[in-house]
Amino acid sequence: MFGELSYDIAHLLGGAMLLLSFALLYQRRVPALISIFATQGMLLALAAAWQGAVQHAPELYLTALIACGAKTLLIPLALRHMVQRLQLGRAVEPALGVGPSMLAGVALVVLAILVALPATAGARAIQREDLALALSVVLLGMLMMITRRSAMSQLIGLLSMENGLMLAAVGVAGMPLVVELSTAALVLVLALVAGVFVFLIRDRVESLDTAVLEQHRGEAAWGEAAQDASAAEAAAAEAQANAGEIR
Amino acid sequence: MPLPWIVVFWPWLGALALLGVARARPAAWVNLCVSAVSLLLALLLLATPEGIQGWTRVDALNQVLVLLSAIIGMTTAVYSAGQIEAKGFDTLRLRAYHGAFQLFMGAQALALLADNMGVMWVAIEIATLASVTMVAVHGTRAAMEAAWKFFILCGVGIALALFGTVVLYLAAQPVAGHGDVGLSWAALRAVAARCDAGLLNLAFVFLLVGYGTKAGLVPLHFWLPDAEAEGPVSISAVLSGLLLNAALLALLRAKAVVGAHPGTLAPGPFMLALGLASVLLAGFCLWRRRDARRFFAWSSIQHMGLAAFAFGLGGPLGNLAGVLHLLGHSLSKSAVFFGIGLAARIKGSQQVAAIGGLVAGHPALGWSLVLAIALVAGMPPGVLFASEFLLVSEAVARLWWLALPLALGIFVAVAAKIDMLQRLCLGTPTPDAVVPGRLEVLTTLGPIWVHLALLLVLGMALPAGGAALLARAAEVLR
Repeated sequence: MFGELSYDIAHLLGGAMLLLSFALLYQRRVPALISIFATQGMLLALAAAWQGAVQHAPELYLTALIACGAKTLLIPLALRHMVQRLQLGRAVEPALGVGPSMLAGVALVVLAILVALPATAGARAIQREDLALALSVVLLGMLMMITRRSAMSQLIGLLSMENGLMLAAVGVAGMPLVVELSTAALVLVLALVAGVFVFLIRDRVESLDTAVLEQHRGEAAWGEAAQDASAAEAAAAEAQANAGEIR
Repeated sequence: MPLPWIVVFWPWLGALALLGVARARPAAWVNLCVSAVSLLLALLLLATPEGIQGWTRVDALNQVLVLLSAIIGMTTAVYSAGQIEAKGFDTLRLRAYHGAFQLFMGAQALALLADNMGVMWVAIEIATLASVTMVAVHGTRAAMEAAWKFFILCGVGIALALFGTVVLYLAAQPVAGHGDVGLSWAALRAVAARCDAGLLNLAFVFLLVGYGTKAGLVPLHFWLPDAEAEGPVSISAVLSGLLLNAALLALLRAKAVVGAHPGTLAPGPFMLALGLASVLLAGFCLWRRRDARRFFAWSSIQHMGLAAFAFGLGGPLGNLAGVLHLLGHSLSKSAVFFGIGLAARIKGSQQVAAIGGLVAGHPALGWSLVLAIALVAGMPPGVLFASEFLLVSEAVARLWWLALPLALGIFVAVAAKIDMLQRLCLGTPTPDAVVPGRLEVLTTLGPIWVHLALLLVLGMALPAGGAALLARAAEVLR
C-alpha cells in the first residue's frame, strides 16, 4: 500500500488535519485558534478534492468547494469579525497546559486507533486509516470543547469536530451526496446560529464565559428571588427611616 | 408527488407563509389552518399502503407516530393561538416563533418517515435547529442559557450520530452497493447479516450516544430540563411529545439493523441499561424539583427511559409496550404542559410554591390538571397504566432481577407525581397575578380535554382497527 500516491496523499492530508487538531488543543489565543481552524478547513477541502480525483466522484469536488468557501473563508471571517467586535484580539484564555493537553490528546488518538482498526479489519486499508484519523479529529474536537470555557473556543471545538466528520464522510467511497451537502449546509447554519447566540450572550451577561451561565438553574431562582424581595423590603424600610429623619 | 412527501413539505410551505405574517392574530390563524391540513394529511396517510418512496417509507409504526405528532401539532397550535397575544412578541420574534414551529413540524414528520438514514439525520438536525430558535425566542437570560446548552449538547450528539451513520454506510457498502441504497433502512436490514460485525458495533455505539442525547436518556440528558422549562410552553409540549419520539425511533431503526447481524454486540442490553438509569435517576430527581415545568421535564426523562427499556427488552410484547408508552407519554405530557402553562400565567410564576390550590381557585383548570397529572403518573385507566403493566409483567417473565429496580423506579416516580398533584392542585389557593381571558382558558382546556379523551380511549376502549395497527407497529421493529 505504501508508495501508492493516492494513499500517501490522502494519508498526508488527514494526518495534517490531526496535527492541527493538536495545535487547537493547546493554543490559547483566540485569533490564532481561528487561523488554525481555517487551515484545517483548507486541508479538508484538499482532502475532499483528492478523494474526488481518486474515486472518480465529481460530486466530491463540489463538497471540496463548499468546504473551502465555508470553512476557510466565510466562517473564519465571521469569527474574526466577532473577535473585533468583542475586542478579544489579545485575550488569553484558560486551557489545559501544553503537557496535559498533549497527553490527553495522544491518549484519545491511541483510543481511536484501537477502536477503529480492529473494527474495520474487513475494509480497505485507505478507508481504515482514514476512519482512524477522522475519529481522532472528532475526539480531539470534543476534548477541546470539554477543556475550554469560553463560548468562542467551544464553538471552534465543535466546528473542528465537524471537520473530522467530513473527513470520514469523504473517505468512504460512494457515500451518498445528500449527507455531504447537508453537512456543509449544517456547518454554515451552526456557525450562524451560534454567532447570533454569542452576540446575545454578550448583550445579556457582558461576558463570553459560559461559566457565568451556569448560575441560573431555575431551582435556585426561587431562593434568589426571596432574597431580592427581603433586600428590597430592607431598602424600603431604610428609605422610610431616612424620610422620617429629614422630616 | 407521494403523500409522505406532501406531509413533510406542507408544514414547510406553511413556515414560509408564516415568515411573512407580521401580526399576532392572523399568524395564529394561518398556523391553525396549516396544522389542521397537516392533521388531515396524517389521517390520509393511514390509508396509504405500506411501502418505500425513494427516501421515505410508510410503515405501521410511522403512520401511528405521524398521526400522533399531527394531533399534538394541532392542539399545540390551538393552545398557542390563545396565548400569543398575551406574550407580546415583536414582529421578528412572532415570525421566528411561528416559522420555527412549522419548520419543526415538517422536519419531525420527515424524521419519522425517512427510510434513508442520512435523510433521517438531516431531518433531526433541522428539527433541532428549529427548536433551538423556539427555546430562545423569549430572549431572557434563562432562555438563552437553556438554548445554548441545548444547542451545544445536541450539536455534539448530532455530530456523533452522523459519524455513526457514515460508519454504518461503510459497513453496508461492500454488500449493499454504492449510492443511496447503502443508507436505506430496508436495504440495510436485508444485508445486515452479511456486513462486517466490527463496523456495525462501532456504528451502533456512535448512533446510540448521538440519538440517545436527543432522546434525553441518562447520562446524556442535561439539556432537557432547561430546554423544556425556559422556552414557550408550546415548545415544551412538542419537544417532549414529538422530538424525543423521533430521536428514539432513529435509535430503534439503528438497533434493528445492528440486531439483524448475529455476531454483533446485542444492542438490547445497552438500551436496557440507559433506560433503567433514566428511570431510576429521574425517579429520585423528581423529589427535588421546585419548578413545575422542570419537574415534568424530568418526568419526560423517566418516561423515555421506560420506553427505551421496553424496546431494549424487545419481542412483540416489549415493543408493543414501548409503542403504547410513547403514545401515552406524548399525549399526557403535552396536556400537563398546557395546564401548567396557563397556571403559571395566572399565578405569575412557574415555581411550585407559587402555584397551589388550583382546584379551589380555578375548578375547571384544576380538575383537568388533576386528571392529566394522574394519567402522566400512570394511574388506571389511562394508556400509560396499560403500557407500564405490560412492561413490568414482561420484564418479570423474562428478566426478573431487572424488574425489581424497574418497579422501584416506577414506584418512586409515581409517588413523586402524586405528591406534586397534591401540591399544585389541592390545598389553599395561592394569590392570582393575572386574570386570564375567556379565550385563553378555552384554548387551554379544549386541547387538554381532547388529549384526556384520547388517552382514555387508548387505555380502555381501543377499536379493533387501532389495536391491529398498534400490533403491526410493534412488529415493524422485530
